[in-house]
Amino acid sequence: MSDLQTIDVSLGPQHPSTHGVFRMNVTLDGETITRLQPVFGYLHRNHEKIAEGNSWLAAMPYTDRLDYICPLTNNWAYALAVEKLAGIEVAERAEFLRVITAELTRLQNHVAFLGFILGDMGAWGTALMYAFREREKILDLFESLTGARMMCNYMRFGGCRCDLPPGWLDATRKLVDGFPAFLDEMEALLNGNEILLARLQGVAPLSAARAINGGLSGPVLRASGVDYDIRKADGYGIYSRFKFRVPRGVVGDCFDRFMLRVLEARESVEILKQAIAGIPDGPVVNPKAKQRGLRPPAGEAYGRIEGPKGELGFYLISDGGDKPFRFRIRPPSLINLTLLEELCLGTKLADVMVILGSIDIVLGEVDR
Amino acid sequence: MNFPGSGIIKGLAVTARNMAGSYIEKDRLTTEQYPEERPTLPENSRSFPFLVFDGEDPESGMRCTSCKICEKECPPQCIYIVQDRDAAGKALKRPKVFDIDIAVCMSCQICVEVCPFESIRMDQVYELSSYDRFGALVLDKPKLLKSNAYYHGIHPTEAAETDARLEADRKKKEAAAAAKAAKVAAEKVVKAAQPEAQP
Repeated sequence: MSDLQTIDVSLGPQHPSTHGVFRMNVTLDGETITRLQPVFGYLHRNHEKIAEGNSWLAAMPYTDRLDYICPLTNNWAYALAVEKLAGIEVAERAEFLRVITAELTRLQNHVAFLGFILGDMGAWGTALMYAFREREKILDLFESLTGARMMCNYMRFGGCRCDLPPGWLDATRKLVDGFPAFLDEMEALLNGNEILLARLQGVAPLSAARAINGGLSGPVLRASGVDYDIRKADGYGIYSRFKFRVPRGVVGDCFDRFMLRVLEARESVEILKQAIAGIPDGPVVNPKAKQRGLRPPAGEAYGRIEGPKGELGFYLISDGGDKPFRFRIRPPSLINLTLLEELCLGTKLADVMVILGSIDIVLGEVDR
Repeated sequence: MNFPGSGIIKGLAVTARNMAGSYIEKDRLTTEQYPEERPTLPENSRSFPFLVFDGEDPESGMRCTSCKICEKECPPQCIYIVQDRDAAGKALKRPKVFDIDIAVCMSCQICVEVCPFESIRMDQVYELSSYDRFGALVLDKPKLLKSNAYYHGIHPTEAAETDARLEADRKKKEAAAAAKAAKVAAEKVVKAAQPEAQP
């Protein structure tokens, strides 16, 4: 095979399936990938440095814009890190609100994922529209609670910004009760489909050992059969009080990664049911917690949560001032993306988009 | 029932059910025919900040005292305030210039949270596109000032709470002022009673 046989193709950054502005320089031998070089940074917005120049509270709305599909989990991760740093207790009701909003976020992320990956396979339309129809209902709930569909800016140090509007909990209960029916419908639409199976099964399998060595986290790691969920491992917030299972894949191919999201969504529904049933009355924010003019004692803290895409962590260093001295984010999307070339080598060009889709990245978080 | 293609047929059945269902069930027909149909926004919905004034006259009813806390706390720093001064150069408790660049504003609501005078609040307008890239998106004071009645129209619950809080504050202040006046009067009486106490 001489070099004359290979061809370099630049996929993206405007390719419709690249999940944002992401470019891959691909070397092809025929249709087979022999080299893949990701190029990113098109969406870099200097989030970490901006946060270091602003007050502790002012970094909160910026976290919405990291993984803009799931703003509430980002809020939670940052709030958790600051609470750890400053030693702030969280109000009991707020813990429940955080679990409810975070699990709704997980639901809508995984539902959107189902639509996107079908789009990556070329089935633009049907599945995506059904997925977005359900996602829209969750976003409506977010809007009536936080004021914005996606840029929620809802969590605060020691709690949440505002209490539930009247009727919100009932609307959520109705949505949660109806959700398994939607997942059933989605599974009936997709799971038996021979084309879908042919496109997903056996594509880019990832061994558990390699997934761990690659530092992966979240659904991608669990699809490879590793039992690691930070909700279980850390039990942050009040997750240790809820009963739920952690689904795992077997071979770690694209189909496992796809199915894992469906199973996880079902577990999220279970958590939501328990949280909605158990929510207590009380203040939504710790009255002793300071929002404006917060000056955490000098020190460092790492707060991490199980985001819908993986381990989302904030590493903060305080020098006792009113601004973070160092503000570092561990973005699950970026670290899950590091194994992309390895997964893609030897596969066909058309599979690249499916593999990228099965990792489930958001470029806002990769580039920050 | 597991012949090749049965999965696709099952999937098509779901599609058919959804298509037929969209004529009957409201849940499946979710498209809104904007701009003919407009969404009813939830009360909490927010777009960009505005300034509340009490009464009829925007200038005299302005709640803003130009304390500049919002300017300082605004994460993307889109607020610009210049304090007003009288002819002698004494600072007045009102802004001369209050600009918000909504091209920069990210609708985070932090200005609303930090405002101690309940002056800045979130609007719900969303049709703000313009052909003018620079001027039209910088809202100055006359454009920002909106009446308390308007605020009640868009956020009724929140506005009622705010009014109750302001009323309580006013009463507290009045009570404090009355107590102070009474104390001063009482001291005067005491002083008047013993004028020869001074050596």
